[in-house]
Amino acid sequence: MKTHSLILKLSQYALLLLVTLCTALLCICVGSVNIPAKDTLSVIWDTLSGQPVEENVSGAVIAFVRLPRVLCVALAGASLSLCGCAMQGLLRNPLADGSTLGVSSGASVGAVLAIAFGISVPGVPLAGTMAMAMLFAFLSLMIILALSYRLDASLSTNTIILIGIVFNMFSSSVISLITSFAGDKVKDIVFWTMGSLADSSVTDVWTILGALLIFGTVILRYAKELNAFAIGEDNARNVGVDVKKVKLIVMIAVSALIGVCVSIGGVIGFVGLIIPHMTRMIVGPNHRRLLPATLFSGAIFLMLADLLARIILKPLELHIGVVTSVIGSFVFIFIFYTTRKAK
Amino acid sequence: MLEVKNLTVHFGSLMILDQISFQIKAGQWLMLVGPNGAGKSTIVNAISRGVPYSGAIFFEGTDLSDCKPAYLARRIGILTQNHSIGYSFTVEEVVRLGRYAHSTGLFSASSHEDTVKTEHALEVTGMLPLRNQSVLTLSGGELQRTFLAQVFAQDPKLLILDEPTNHLDLIYQKQLLELIQTWVQETGRGVISVVHDLNLAKAYGSDALLLHHGKIASAGSIDQVLTPEHLEAVYSMDVYQWMRDMLSQWTTQQE
Repeated sequence: MKTHSLILKLSQYALLLLVTLCTALLCICVGSVNIPAKDTLSVIWDTLSGQPVEENVSGAVIAFVRLPRVLCVALAGASLSLCGCAMQGLLRNPLADGSTLGVSSGASVGAVLAIAFGISVPGVPLAGTMAMAMLFAFLSLMIILALSYRLDASLSTNTIILIGIVFNMFSSSVISLITSFAGDKVKDIVFWTMGSLADSSVTDVWTILGALLIFGTVILRYAKELNAFAIGEDNARNVGVDVKKVKLIVMIAVSALIGVCVSIGGVIGFVGLIIPHMTRMIVGPNHRRLLPATLFSGAIFLMLADLLARIILKPLELHIGVVTSVIGSFVFIFIFYTTRKAK
Repeated sequence: MLEVKNLTVHFGSLMILDQISFQIKAGQWLMLVGPNGAGKSTIVNAISRGVPYSGAIFFEGTDLSDCKPAYLARRIGILTQNHSIGYSFTVEEVVRLGRYAHSTGLFSASSHEDTVKTEHALEVTGMLPLRNQSVLTLSGGELQRTFLAQVFAQDPKLLILDEPTNHLDLIYQKQLLELIQTWVQETGRGVISVVHDLNLAKAYGSDALLLHHGKIASAGSIDQVLTPEHLEAVYSMDVYQWMRDMLSQWTTQQE
């Protein structure tokens, strides 16, 4: 019988951090041009300590292309996994995630609307798109949950999947509709839709990091409450959880984080489904261990997926979503069948 | 302890509870009895704030609708009949969650008292050997005892049970009710439970509330309420005769 302590031990954190850093280093070194780890480390050191980067190709590649990209990918992976994990706890369903429920595509609708109608904050380039993506992620989540609760209050797997499919289709048709009426904004919309974490800038890194620090902390703060929800919402109420308040706060944090990730890197499906599931198999379902562990495993997974996308068809580069969706589909089927069988 | 005044609940035009008033004092075990659809479970749901209601419910003079959920959970514990858990939490994790309302602070760490109360709850319910087992692998009786341990760990003054012995084997019914009987004997504690089985109500209850179509048919001590006349009026059958017939099957076999 496996036993788990209530929280992760310091040594376990250190191990996770070490693996994450090694993966990051690997992903920065390997690519269209392979750069030795020693050179990479010295360039990273120079960049982080603010010294001028050596003026050669590998220095520039690392400092301005690979480092921001890998950092962005790692942070997005951590954020999306954390969101998936929180939703699976809150809704007590292992198949709940931003991409399966349609929250991510709802966020895209917001982003596309912002571009089409030129909603922006002067001086802050991405702010309009981001704010709209966050708002629409939240609205989508509210609509999806309201629809699901009307159908069945226990939010069974079937309900979640069906509502998710419908909402995803609805969102993509809305995006097509906006695009066809967008006139001269079509170019911008297509450009955004094609965009990915591949062309991340240092600003993007700071933006996701900021969002993760704020909203990630909020989610981590509610680990105990998420345990209560994962056991059952009625039980959560009985032990004294302020059910409505916690649900609202976690939903806001999740949608905000998904909104930020989508506005920067587009929809990256299934990350929030695969990672919490695999991590749960290792550390157990207690969110006080699970949430911090998914942060690391999500970062590691998405960095590796990105690496795979870059090198598998070298010199051609795949969209990272292709890699995650291929893996995700199999994991989805696996979870669906095992949870169904258990009943 | 608990005072219910003019409690009324309706779903749309359907009246579920109509102006129910009663109270419970420390040391009492109040049995809510009555046929299906009489509104027994709805009373429990109203107290746990699972359904909207009109009227007022007071706990030691404080209106429940003014209380924060954690404040309420430190005073009133609720054991329901259905538990379906989606993830493989251990027994101990589920029981420890009962301490939720007692932990304070932003990143509330568990105190020594939390550990002591959790251990004690695991011990009295006999779940200590299974503490690290996944709740997904438990039998119905073990699962019910796990949640009883959770509510014991919660350490409320008033325990509310919604058909606690449903789906339980006789041996577990007996164990569970005896555990609760021991629990209520400590000072300042009370129990309200919904039961279908009139035998259990009579054996363990001190007081009873007989409900019929959302109204109180009879209230008072258990012997005053469960009389042949009252039961016949509510259940439209001779309950005493039925009980005697049931028992006589066994006595004749013995002879």
